[in-house]
This record gives sequence, structure tokens and C-alpha cells, in this order.
Amino acid sequence: MGRSETVPSGEPDRPEVPEQRTGEGPYLQVRDLRVRFDTEDGVVKAVDGVSFAVERGRTLGIVGESGSGKSVTSLAVLGLHNAKRATITGEISVGGRQLIGLPEEEVRRLRGRDMAMIFQDPLSALHPYYTVGKQIAEAYRVHHPRAGKREARTRAVDMLGRVGIPQPAKRFDQYPHEFSGGMRQRAMIAMALVNDPDLLIADEPTTALDVTVQAQILDLLSDLQDEFRSAIILITHDLGVVSQVADDVLVMYGGRAVEHGSVEQVLRRPQHPYTWGLLSSVPSLHGDADADLVPIKGNPPSLINLPSGCAFHPRCRYADRNGDRSRTEVPELRAAGEAGHLVACHLPAEERTRLYQQDIAQVGVAR
Amino acid sequence: MSTETESLLRVRGLTKHFPVREGFRARGAVRAVDGLDFDVRPGETLGLVGESGCGKTTTGRMLVRLLEPTSGTIEFAGRDITHARRGALRPLRQDLQIIFQDPYASLNPRHTVGRIVAMPLQVNGINPPGGIRKRVQELLELVGLNPEHYNRYPHEFSGGQRQRIGIARALALRPKLIVADEPVSALDVSIQAQVINLLRDLQRDLDLAFVFIAHDLAVVRHFCHRVAVMYLGKIVEIGDRDDIYQRPQHPYTRALLSAIPDVTALGPAGRIRLTGDVPTPLNPPSGCRFRTRCWKAQERCATEEPALVPRDGGAQLAACHYPENGPIGVVTSEPVEVSQ
Repeated sequence: MGRSETVPSGEPDRPEVPEQRTGEGPYLQVRDLRVRFDTEDGVVKAVDGVSFAVERGRTLGIVGESGSGKSVTSLAVLGLHNAKRATITGEISVGGRQLIGLPEEEVRRLRGRDMAMIFQDPLSALHPYYTVGKQIAEAYRVHHPRAGKREARTRAVDMLGRVGIPQPAKRFDQYPHEFSGGMRQRAMIAMALVNDPDLLIADEPTTALDVTVQAQILDLLSDLQDEFRSAIILITHDLGVVSQVADDVLVMYGGRAVEHGSVEQVLRRPQHPYTWGLLSSVPSLHGDADADLVPIKGNPPSLINLPSGCAFHPRCRYADRNGDRSRTEVPELRAAGEAGHLVACHLPAEERTRLYQQDIAQVGVAR
Repeated sequence: MSTETESLLRVRGLTKHFPVREGFRARGAVRAVDGLDFDVRPGETLGLVGESGCGKTTTGRMLVRLLEPTSGTIEFAGRDITHARRGALRPLRQDLQIIFQDPYASLNPRHTVGRIVAMPLQVNGINPPGGIRKRVQELLELVGLNPEHYNRYPHEFSGGQRQRIGIARALALRPKLIVADEPVSALDVSIQAQVINLLRDLQRDLDLAFVFIAHDLAVVRHFCHRVAVMYLGKIVEIGDRDDIYQRPQHPYTRALLSAIPDVTALGPAGRIRLTGDVPTPLNPPSGCRFRTRCWKAQERCATEEPALVPRDGGAQLAACHYPENGPIGVVTSEPVEVSQ
């Protein structure tokens, strides 16, 4: 366990990590993670100094738009980046073990057993040539070499039943194309959970699904979390999904964390203008349907050519309020007032609170 | 239902069955769209919502005649266009345009933006005053693109900008009705809002009618005057926006609304849990098609198909034997309770 590894807060050269809420240390601890890719067009800093921690039984929602680095972060945690192409630095500790620098063979042993991933598109993540059951049983046998075929089958059928697939014994022998979208996603969750992983990373697990099925899958994930007490990272662009299932939220922009805190803090008392923008641009089922949405101007930045200083400054309504600072200086992730709430913005805290009350809270979306 | 005289688009009994063959033998048909009736008035936006497989995209494609209906009629501006031939369709295409979902697949990568937007003008042999180039630049400006970018290629634009190009192309012929098939669902959240605002402005300024196809009920609420909810090829409920969102009558509409994760409500809401998936349209359930997932289903629902009728002479129609009548708790951030 990676307990008692809390960073003294306020230490200048180390980004802060939110306080832990229980006595138990976080299962996953990521510190100052950087992932770079060398490409013909230049160095892509896909993730540039991100830190977070997830305890067992809790869910961290990582929110961002395309190119924010949210998926690259999760792939780094799973050790899925090609070492020849990606340069990864920082610390990733899973259950007390340091992942970066670990031999490939050992990472592979951890992956699937201690940590598992649910992908967005179950049709491309499942092999079309093998039955669903066989793939789940295989995932079990890889990590339980002494388990026989029969035992693996029993285990797989049991998992299929646990994720709510009717007639699991019959479904075991069917192929992925015989499953509907929601059932495939359930099968993938069964595969991810077959070895009782302590850390589960779900990358846009419901984006390809219909809303009624999405609701089923989100319920399933939280039921399973209660049962297995796994730590979950949920990567999504959908703030609605985050508000329902996450305990903590990390908002990413241009490869960096711009806001981090509990779901209450980030969605109810957001501090970063980018989070404000996300909240007020989401159409809601409440409030005035005829009012215009308030979009964020411009487009998400390219990671090859990030804007100088605060990467969000070309799209920020308030960038001019800091003179040249937003263009020249990268804002550090700092305490935003409440314990555990961090924000990377040059605006003074009082100013942020005033602007939020004046410009954003009025819109009525982010209450 | 709107009076017939003022309808711009009038759809009656619209049906599309796709035959399914096993070898050479017919094995039945996928009843993708099974008898739709609806009207769109000039300048009105109708939202067509539902989950995948409900037939909303097939409907959109039939409206612009990219698919041939199996039966039923489509009348546009008083003319029956259900089986109009290509030549007869051409003048009609000017009034009836489509915007596609995928801004990456719907633009030819080897054509410049200028050429893409000018194409509808050229195909229809229209030479606008001041020349095609001037008109194209006006259109680019109208949708918020830099008219100087006339000579650029689609790959030089972001997803949101590409969708704007698609919109400019649809507007080139000054249509009266645009069918928009999930126009924002492939875009990032912050860009979605830009495009929705643009479509709203255009709709108001140019007095356009829209058939807006989407799975996202929150997006539809911000764009549409009227909403039709589809399930397995049928309209289960249709009505004015506020009626549908505040006083939904069909259990499916209620379930759909309560399944949307809303950012204003923290934590798992007391949602209506629908079990199972949408049944296959190859062999839809007898009677009411929603009955297999409906918590209110009775014996009658299996034998008798409910008609799409108004409940109290109003403009809201629902196809349900046991419709709901209370308001939905949408004005508070309290979790929506399952109403029994």
C-alpha cells in the first residue's frame, strides 16, 4: 500500500496532491506524470505534469475535451504506451508498487490482475473470432495459471451473471456480434472484473451507448464498486455522467490539470474559467430553454503547438485581467480555498469568486 | 395537429421495411419505420428523438429522398414527393436540404471549401448575382467562418468548423426545410454549444424549418419547438416542447428523460430503471412495442396496439393505454421519482 506518502502541501517544486479522506492511503498515486511523444512535427507533450490519487472504493472522474490528455494519462497508468515512442516520467504507484521503470513483463502481470481497463468501443475491444465466454475465461487463466478450463468457465459464467447478462451459461458460447451494444459493454466489464482488480479504468465507457442503457451501465459500475471496493477512474467528456458517479473530479486542458477537487467543489463551486465554460455550454434539462448557450470561443488547442503561458488564455474571457501574465507564465495548480480544491489560474481568488457569481452562476446552469 | 393548409411538410403513414434474406429466401423484414404521421410548419423545428434503432435516421433519409419509402406519403409545400423522380426532385432539392452527423465523412477531402459550398449552386445551374464566389464567401461568413479560407481543404479545419462548412453547403440554395441528422453529436462539448447557437440564429434569421434528429434530449430542448419521441419505428409521443419535457404522458418519454445524467443533480438520481435492450425491429413485440420494458404494462398492452391520440383534445399525442398525467419534477434539482 502506498500509505503515508502524502506530499507536504505548499512545497514549491512539487505539485500538491489533494488530501486523503480516510486513514487508508490511496491505491493509485500519480505524481508529476509527463508523457511525451516525438513526432515528425515536433514533441507532443500529451501529459505535462499531472498528479492525482484514487483510494479504494472511490471514483475519480477525469474530464476534458479531445486532446486534453485524459486518455493518454490512463494508458500510462496501465503501462500501455510503447516505450520506444513515448517518454514517460514521474511516479505512478499502484498498490505501493512503482510502475515507471518496471520491466514490461511485471507490468503485464499487474495489468489485468490488479488493474483493468474498460474501453469505449466494446466491439473493437472484443475479438470477433472467439466466443465472449472464451475471452473472459482466457483473461482469468492468464493470471491463474493453475486454474483448469472448467474452473475458468465457471468463473466466467459467474461474472457474466454478476454484470446482469441473462442466461449467462448460454451467452458464454456466443460471439460478440450476437450481443447488443449494452450487453457487449457488460461483457467487457465482466472481463475487466474477472480477476477482482483493485483499480478499474473506464475510458468513456458509456459514450457509444443509448441513454437508457448508459443509466444501466453506470448503476452497474457503482454496484460493482460497492461489492469489490475497487478504485475507479472514469474518463469522460460528459459532465452529467461525472456528476452522477464520481467522488472527485480532475479537469484537464492541454495536457495539464486545471482544476481538481471533490465533485461538489468542482461542479458546484467551480474555480477555473474553463470549468465554467464547460458547465455553461452544456445544454440542460432545466432552466430557460430559449436562452442561448454560452459556448467557449475558439477550439481546443493542438498539443504540438500549445499556447504560451496558460494554455487556455486564447479562449478565456478573463485573460486580459492579468496583464501579460496569462501569456507568459504557466499557472501552477494551487489551493483554491477549500481543503482539497486545487485550481491553476492566475486570477486572484476573490476576483474569481466575484466573476463566477456575476457571470456564470446567473446563467443558471451551474448552480 | 396543425391544419393541413399551413404544413410545409406533411408525412402520413411513412413506412420503411428493409427485406432480410437468408440465401435467396426472404426471411422477413426489418421494420425500421412503421407508419409515421407528423407535420412541420414553415419556420418550425421538430425534434425527432429516440435511441439507436428507433428509425429516426431512416426517417430523415426518406424525407430528403435518399431512401425510398416502402409506403406512405411525404408532401412538401403541398406537393406529393414520395416517389418523385430525379428530374422532378431537382427544384425540390433547393428547398429541402440535409446536414449530416459526421463532419469528417460528409465533406470530400479533395475539394476546396469553396468548391464544396459552391457545388449545390453549380449542380442546379444557379448563377447568383455577383457570382458564385461572392455567394460562397457570404455563406462562409454567415456560418462564422473566415471567407478568406475559400481555398482551403477540409483537413485544415477542426471538427466544429467542418460542421459549419456542412451547414453553409446546406444553406447555399436558401432552403425552406433542413433535415439535420445528429449535427452536433460528434463535436466536443464546448464546440457543440457554438454550433447549436449558430443553428438557432440561422433558424430565426432565415425563418428555416428543421427536422432535427438527435438522441440527446437536452440538445433537442434547446433547439426545437416541437418534439416527437420514437421507439422501434413508431412515434410514441409528439407535442410541444414544454409539454413533452414537463408533462410527458408516455412512460418511455419519462424513462428517457430520467435516464439523462444531469449535471445539476449530484449523485445517482432516482431514475426509472429500464431493464433490457430495445427489442429487434425484425420481430417487434405485439401490441405496444414498449411493453416488454414498461413497468406499467398490462395484458391489454400485448394484444392491442395503442393509437397515437390526444389525451384531452390538446396538441400532445401519446400512444399509450395507460398514459401518465402528472408533471415531471424538472424544475428542481431533486432526483426524479419513479411515478407509479
